[in-house]
Amino acid sequence: MTIWMNLAAIAGLTVVSVVTRGFFLIPEREVPLPPWLREALRYAPLAALVAVLVPEIAMTDDHLIATWRDPRLYATVAAGAMFIATRHLLGTILAGSAVLLALRLGLGW
Amino acid sequence: MTASTPLWRHPEFAVGAREMRDIALGIGAWGLVAGIAMSKAGLGAALAIAMSLCVFAGSAQLAALPLMVQGAPLWVIWATAFCVNLRFVIFSAGWRPYFESLERPKRLLAAYFTVDFTYIAFMRRFPAPVDTRAHLAYVAGNAAVGWTAWQGMTILGVVLADVIPTCWGLGFAGSLALLGITASLLVNRATWIAAAVAACAAFAAFALPFHLNIVVAIAAAMAAGVLVDRFSPPRAAPAGEAP
Repeated sequence: MTIWMNLAAIAGLTVVSVVTRGFFLIPEREVPLPPWLREALRYAPLAALVAVLVPEIAMTDDHLIATWRDPRLYATVAAGAMFIATRHLLGTILAGSAVLLALRLGLGW
Repeated sequence: MTASTPLWRHPEFAVGAREMRDIALGIGAWGLVAGIAMSKAGLGAALAIAMSLCVFAGSAQLAALPLMVQGAPLWVIWATAFCVNLRFVIFSAGWRPYFESLERPKRLLAAYFTVDFTYIAFMRRFPAPVDTRAHLAYVAGNAAVGWTAWQGMTILGVVLADVIPTCWGLGFAGSLALLGITASLLVNRATWIAAAVAACAAFAAFALPFHLNIVVAIAAAMAAGVLVDRFSPPRAAPAGEAP
């Protein structure tokens, strides 16, 4: 691919970002949404997050984790416990990362 | 607040910035990993950085990159990114009432800078529209911190790709940020059920191309959430039952 093709691809991808993020903001008049759909939209971000998370914390190469010696399991539990105890996001990230690093570097998992 | 006051001096700017600051570490770690991956895809550092600065959509970039390196047709590259970004199309319906009074270019500019976490934090801050200026200031503050953390660390990742060992599991810090945000959204039975349904759907549909399993999970969770809202017993639940 030439440099110009790559630049064209990047320009188009930028348009895709604007169009997808602003999709229902493009028309001048409001697009009427039925009330049930408006209500259902409240669950969309939660579902998107969960769907992104599932492979990150529970899957290896298209399959569910099949071993107990996966540091991600313990890091996830530690982070979850930290969140329940403190409800603090930064502490949650640090607790999980600490467990992950300890198991990776300490036990070589 | 008059319209002439700059957005960054509006009190909501600081609120938006503060709420993004708490997860900036996770976003930064994720940006670093994305930068490393982009560098290793073989596009070259300059193009990778230009792509990050313009496109500003991590997962879409990582999906598009291998296609660009392989020389896939442009429409395939764009369609792939569109599918990966479909969740934003769904979120944009939620933005509508908050930015309705702005002109179209401003509406789209505000939307361009909103990432997943901006949407979530914003809807918690403003369950109903109050004042367009306050909405804009909050988004600007939130996006200023998020954009800087993401872009700065992505560029660092592109530049330092060959130096940073992958064994540190840096990317997992980003997943942990997601985990925390997800946990903060689990506030009642309906959200727990919706999350469980989303997890099962995302796993079951994992084989779909273009990350379409995310869209399947959203549709399934929306249906489950609404069903629970409709058919769960009214507020006075029997003793011992979760609220």
